[in-house]
Amino acid sequence: MSTHEPRKVRIATTSLAGCFGCHMSILDIDERLFALLEHVEFDRTPLTDIKHCGPCDIGLVEGGICNAENVHVLREFRRNCKILVAVGACAVTGGLPAQRNHLDLADCLQEVYVTEISLASGMIPNDPELPLPLDKVHPLHEVVKVDYFLPGCPPSADTIWKFLTDLLAGRTPHLGAELIRYD
Amino acid sequence: MSDTFLLDGEEVPFAPGQSVLQAALAAGRYIPHLCYHPEFKPHGSCKVCTVRIGRRTAASCTLPAQAGLEVESDCDEMNDLRRTLVQMLFAEGNHFCPSCEKSGNCMLQALGADLGVLTAGFRHFFPNRPVDASHPDILLDFNRCILCELCVRASCEVDEKCVFALSGRGIDKHLVVNAASGRLADTDIALSDKAVEVCPVGVILKKRVGFATPIGERRYDRRPISAQALDDAPRTAQNASVRE
Repeated sequence: MSTHEPRKVRIATTSLAGCFGCHMSILDIDERLFALLEHVEFDRTPLTDIKHCGPCDIGLVEGGICNAENVHVLREFRRNCKILVAVGACAVTGGLPAQRNHLDLADCLQEVYVTEISLASGMIPNDPELPLPLDKVHPLHEVVKVDYFLPGCPPSADTIWKFLTDLLAGRTPHLGAELIRYD
Repeated sequence: MSDTFLLDGEEVPFAPGQSVLQAALAAGRYIPHLCYHPEFKPHGSCKVCTVRIGRRTAASCTLPAQAGLEVESDCDEMNDLRRTLVQMLFAEGNHFCPSCEKSGNCMLQALGADLGVLTAGFRHFFPNRPVDASHPDILLDFNRCILCELCVRASCEVDEKCVFALSGRGIDKHLVVNAASGRLADTDIALSDKAVEVCPVGVILKKRVGFATPIGERRYDRRPISAQALDDAPRTAQNASVRE
């Protein structure tokens, strides 16, 4: 008889225009991470420091889309992940970074890097390695197809746990009203 | 024995003049709703309380209860439509729950969570709606307005001041205040007005009391809106009439 272990589910995670708060919430699963690691392995994620996403089963994306690099990373995730999940308020709605959407981008940069009173001799950053900002911040579903949404700022560890365990068990993830929070 | 109609196959009694929504709530049966408020005349604008009667649909807050009506409410078709309405409201305004003082007390948020809405789905409008902080005691944040007209109704019917109105049509419709300057400070609104209490979302906010109740201990943090709405509904059959 073959004693092959079942193939582990491969997960990639990234934070785009986010604050890594959702990643902290993933870590907040605490000791349940050990149970999770019996079933999953990680591809690109801040935890492994792998730089590019390979073929994966699940992609967890935190943060919205605020610059050109975000678009490239999101598309790489979409190409490689069978299931793409928008994790947290910014990925789902644009969130805090999208609060600049009613302002002119040039005005924003001018205010933050030049006019701001605490700056002695400010200048708008122009290093060619910096990704160009987009004029508006977008939620993920405005750029690629998103399979599941986990709202919350951040979604609680229990919400992420319920979602992942449903998905790993082959069920359609179902968050009850008590796990759906927008704040 | 009073007359009855059927709601999702179960008999609901009603008194003459009651709407389907009023009779349902009085009987302890929840129909999701947003612009309806038990103390005000039904308005029928948000359409969240829409139900199916045979081959027609109607807003149950303005549909007079009639003997023998067969009403469908808690079914996939109606709940899908309700979710879409809530999603459109979220996409149309700037509803940033993580920084909103109303979070946890907000009917739109509570309704979304109760209906299982996980995303606005549509492309967000991100409209530019400057706030009006001119009044010393009251802040107006138009970003969150859902045009339910509850403040309009409260200010005219209860406060008898008509501080608020809706202006414009279609996608340009927006909340305005009754002052030549357009500023709330130049109206006769007062902190004790009913209009200040009645906003279901986070448009009309009292200054200097923000976050007095912590997030997590608020109205809809404790109970879902479907349970809370039944507690709030008058249980007697003699509610405000639809046909006044």
